[in-house]
Amino acid sequence: MQKSKVYPWYFAIVSVLIYTVLSVIPGLLGIGYSFTDWSAYSPYLNFVGFKNFIAVFSGENDYIKYITNTLWFTVVTTTAKTFLGLLFAVALSRNIKIKNFHRGMLYMPSVLPILVTGLVFKSILNPKTGFLNTFLRAIGLEVLAQKWLVDPNLAFGTVMAVDIWRGTGYIMTLLIAGILAIPDIYFEAAAIDGANAWQRFKFITLPMLRQTLAVTIVLNVIYGLKIFDMVYALTNGGPGHRTEVLYTAVYKMMSKGLYAEGTTISSVLFIFMVIIGFFMVKILTKDEVVE
Amino acid sequence: MVYTSKNKFVQILLKNVLAWFASMLVIIPLLLVILNAFKADGETLNMNLQLPKEWIVSNFSTVIEKGKLMRSFFNSMLYAGAGTLITVFFGAMAAYVFSRRRSKGMGALYMYVVLGMVIPVNYVTLTKTMITLGLTNTSLGIILLYMAMQTPFTVFLIYGFVSKIPVELDEAAIIDGCSPLALYVRIIFPMLKSAVITAGVLCFLNCWNEFMMPLYFLHSSEKWPMTLAIYNFFGQYEMKWNLICSDVILTCAPVLILYLLCQKYIVGGQTAGAVKG
Repeated sequence: MQKSKVYPWYFAIVSVLIYTVLSVIPGLLGIGYSFTDWSAYSPYLNFVGFKNFIAVFSGENDYIKYITNTLWFTVVTTTAKTFLGLLFAVALSRNIKIKNFHRGMLYMPSVLPILVTGLVFKSILNPKTGFLNTFLRAIGLEVLAQKWLVDPNLAFGTVMAVDIWRGTGYIMTLLIAGILAIPDIYFEAAAIDGANAWQRFKFITLPMLRQTLAVTIVLNVIYGLKIFDMVYALTNGGPGHRTEVLYTAVYKMMSKGLYAEGTTISSVLFIFMVIIGFFMVKILTKDEVVE
Repeated sequence: MVYTSKNKFVQILLKNVLAWFASMLVIIPLLLVILNAFKADGETLNMNLQLPKEWIVSNFSTVIEKGKLMRSFFNSMLYAGAGTLITVFFGAMAAYVFSRRRSKGMGALYMYVVLGMVIPVNYVTLTKTMITLGLTNTSLGIILLYMAMQTPFTVFLIYGFVSKIPVELDEAAIIDGCSPLALYVRIIFPMLKSAVITAGVLCFLNCWNEFMMPLYFLHSSEKWPMTLAIYNFFGQYEMKWNLICSDVILTCAPVLILYLLCQKYIVGGQTAGAVKG
């Protein structure tokens, strides 16, 4: 059986073509344009060498901060979602009443539009009329009522907290599936040997979940680095760029006509992701049957 | 023995407390949106969990009219529906060839496509590309963009399912005189049904919830999908929580219904990639 005849290449052509034209080529073009002074104000393009990259990394403007903010957002939300997701997964995998109700509830935020979640929390966190502060005042904890999204020192933490609220249930669901895939017999054997709950978790659950945990971390990192909707809805980068992440910054640069700057910081992320992306994809596609 | 059972009791109690605490964190915002959606204008100055004095159902019709939700509902249906159909149709064919060929070249091409799950979009040059192709501010443009964005995961997901169909089946069909196209259409595709539904539901969900592509590429409001429509509604009616909450419910209803109907496929599909064995 001749494989190239039975499985013709043109079966794959449409998908590969559209993906290449609208995803890969703009990325590669972007790297090229990063070496120019492309803007909305001049019809001419000049080659400027590494000037744009130097401008990003020298720290003379805020560009580097948008990148570090994005990385910080990714690290904090990934850590928190993994830790909380694991905690809830362990609690909700076995021996608990109405577990399907709890699981369904916790998973639900991850099917809703991220933008809508952001808008709802913007209302809840409104300092004057929002539910959170109204509630805190009602139970006499007025001191805790903060200007959640307005206070420069609190805003970024608040944005991350909302995102953790949104994403933990999804990570939990993946980890529950991982825990349920561990054969019961291991836990039974450990219980007979007198292992307590903590020991069972440390010596059985955690090692057996390694692959699933690796995948959830990869998914969280990919999500975090590309965050836009959540920040755009909650603060749009404010107050004073305190919560500015890469994609919100690019959007502003686009509307100001600063194309070269926008494409440069996009390309920094693109190159970074292609390099680490290769290892990430290896983790995601590991364990597949190879004939 | 007494010690163990007491220990176990504390453990179960802790688990339940934790589970209820976590669920409440989701239930409270949900209730808040539902209750406020039915309140009168004056009642929603402060957001709270009190029941509406009078349940005002007409908030919904007000929002549908003022927010032009019918139009954006059909736009969203078109973008997510057509985007899903072409992504899954062509993605399944591509996944099938990648999975069966397993040559060096095809393996590299598969990696190239799957890398798309990771690489970020450069919106600046994408805008230029879209203008060059004459696709800005068109429905076709958004649909093709959705296809480009969703193809990597779709191919990845279906690839795994194709590997589970024995190759002997193909061999038997070819010996019996089946053409390559007939082999795919009559034998392979029907066996991929559950994979295709899973990929389709996830793709639809992602397209429905997407916000950035319309924000960048759809300038006329009559082309806006529901996400973009609610964002602008929010800007216009800020502080009218009752109307905003009704709009939130209407925007989320389609995905929530899909979630309730297809929970098995959604959760199954999202875990399929992560958990193997």
